Amino acid sequence: MAHVDASEKQEMGVGARFIAFISSVFLAVIIPLIAFAVIYAGFIFLRDSNAPKWVITLVAIVWGVGGIAVLYWVFNGLVERLPPAWTARLQPFVFVGPALAILVWYLALPTARTFWLSLHDRNADAFVGLANYSAIFTERVMREAFRNNLMWIIFGSTFSVLFGLLVATLADRSRWERVSKTFIFLPMAISFVGAGVIWNFIYEVRPVTVPQIGLLNAIVVALGGTPKPWYAWTDIIPWNNLFLIVIVVWLQAGFSMVLFSAALKGIPSELMEAGRVDGASEIQIYFRIMLPYIRGTIITVWTTIVIFTLKIFDVVWVMTGGQFGTEVIATQFFRQSFVARNSGFGSAIAIILLLAVIPVMIYNLRQFREQEAF
Amino acid sequence: MSVRRRRLFNDILVNGGLLLLVLLWTVPTLGLFISSWRTRQDIQTSGWWTVFPHREWQTVATLDPKELGLDPDSVMQVEGAEGTFKELREGVTTSDGKQVIWVGNKRLGRIEVQDQVWTVTWDFTLDNYRQVLSGKDYVYKTTDGTEEVIPGDDMSGAFLNSLAVAIPATVIPILIAAFAAYAFAWMHFPGRRLFFILVIALLVVPLQIALVPILRDYSFLKLNGTFLGMWLAHTGFGLALATYLLYNYISTLPRETLESAFIDGASHFTVFTRLVLPLSVPALASFAIFQFLWVWNDYLVALIFLGGNPETKVVTQRLADIVGSRGNDWHLLTAGAFVSMILPLVVFFALQRYFVRGLMAGSVKG
Repeated sequence: MAHVDASEKQEMGVGARFIAFISSVFLAVIIPLIAFAVIYAGFIFLRDSNAPKWVITLVAIVWGVGGIAVLYWVFNGLVERLPPAWTARLQPFVFVGPALAILVWYLALPTARTFWLSLHDRNADAFVGLANYSAIFTERVMREAFRNNLMWIIFGSTFSVLFGLLVATLADRSRWERVSKTFIFLPMAISFVGAGVIWNFIYEVRPVTVPQIGLLNAIVVALGGTPKPWYAWTDIIPWNNLFLIVIVVWLQAGFSMVLFSAALKGIPSELMEAGRVDGASEIQIYFRIMLPYIRGTIITVWTTIVIFTLKIFDVVWVMTGGQFGTEVIATQFFRQSFVARNSGFGSAIAIILLLAVIPVMIYNLRQFREQEAF
Repeated sequence: MSVRRRRLFNDILVNGGLLLLVLLWTVPTLGLFISSWRTRQDIQTSGWWTVFPHREWQTVATLDPKELGLDPDSVMQVEGAEGTFKELREGVTTSDGKQVIWVGNKRLGRIEVQDQVWTVTWDFTLDNYRQVLSGKDYVYKTTDGTEEVIPGDDMSGAFLNSLAVAIPATVIPILIAAFAAYAFAWMHFPGRRLFFILVIALLVVPLQIALVPILRDYSFLKLNGTFLGMWLAHTGFGLALATYLLYNYISTLPRETLESAFIDGASHFTVFTRLVLPLSVPALASFAIFQFLWVWNDYLVALIFLGGNPETKVVTQRLADIVGSRGNDWHLLTAGAFVSMILPLVVFFALQRYFVRGLMAGSVKG
């Protein structure tokens, strides 16, 4: 203990005091040192080891999960060893410090740094003012990206909401509610890359002379049509984007369904009863009472998917890489920042993305808090 | 209409509509799943729906035009079909529903009589999965005897990498966020309100903003291509939301319970680990599932911070690589996609209740 009364001190023998001192030093210094050494050894092992893959995986998991717990334990131990006044003063920062440090490093500073980069040229050397921003709004490929993103936002969010609402409404009246909802929701567990593979298979096109192995073209051929390359169908630009948007609707409908389903169940039954007593038909009740009642949820879901489609990247990157007139803002950001290595231009796109997201997000958070969704 | 009939009609309408939607939503995945068990040859030459009973032309008799004394340059009559060489090459349908078709060229060809037969293409195999997991080359013998070497893919390695990335990248942000949420909710320190507003403000930042600066830091710190770099990145991008959500939960824990613990002399650390964490399990689990799936299914962050190092590639990267470079190796793509999906699907079915909550809450992620 660092704060032992003077009288007590005198009562203790020199040897006891020495042992107490040593053990205190041991606890305060040696244990953290050992902890850091072990953590560092783990880092080196993971970086340089040629051990079998599963050993590395296991070590990585144990090291990562254990390391963070040990760090908190060690720092808390150190702080609790201080005089109570200092413990009270410093302990909150042991708790909240790591979170703040990471947030500042990974989000707060990068926002400023990206903004700074966006005012500079491709190698971050020369200051170019707003040139990157004016380029964003004049370059042909960026205009294409904005147009496509607009399509993503309009069709992606509208169809996701409509299908989610349709399923929620039907499931609410069916005995098969749980099963059907599970199946609609299931795609949410699938990655965009996985979904890309699934839908690539649906859209697969073969020459006219051989049997089609893609479902969509097989149907088209069976009905007497000619097979089409769908999302790579450049004749119908920009409508070929719809074939990519379908994938996201397929993934996201489950999300909107779940929220609508919960909202529909939250409508007080007296409201509907009152409507029935007044002689309203089921359809009138649905459109005049139920839908207005869940308006808030509809807007939340809609805006959430708007944000989501605004940042859409994986699907497009994996399916087309931005070819066939399917470029979107996020793929342009990636291409400019990491392929063309034009950090100024890429950063400006990222800032535009941030500015576009902010208003929708603020609205959403406000709704989210009101609904206490968590 | 009587009330009963109307109800029945409504029932059919509702359940019929629902069934249609469920089929629409299930068929894409089902098609891929079935295909992943079919042989490479079958996948390439026939649709996956041929595993269901269907009618197919099958040759029931083969005839030699020379023996029949047919002249290919004039109109021919065979087995009740009539046509020129050109028409027979396309196939001529007879009145009893058979098809007569000339296979081969004029001089050496043969005539086949085909009939539609109910059949299923049931030739299932584990080879696709073996091949995509083992990383070994596979030798195929094509029908004309030539051999074709198709390299496999190391999905099992990628699967382990995904585990090594996803598990710590789930636990670390949750632990850090829980500590922070507890401090915001139950501890007093200067700047508490200001810091909390910072957390909320950072919720809106899309992760694209951070990629370029963080990549520069990582190059400097040599964190590129390391698991640690991935954990920290996913922690950074998920932390604001995690802190916010866990704060909402932890701040509503009953005040009396915590206060009585403090009176008994428990420290903040003890209260946090012994009381708050166990009480917050539902919230922690919901967020954990969301974060786990987010990290497991993530492609962009892995693409940038793990980069091209084949040793550390995760499943989404591997799969995207196959799509990009070997987009026609459907036997690898189908099996690979299912390898990448299996864990999320297990989590989904095992923890559906938490899963729903987590995704609802996680939908505001920046």
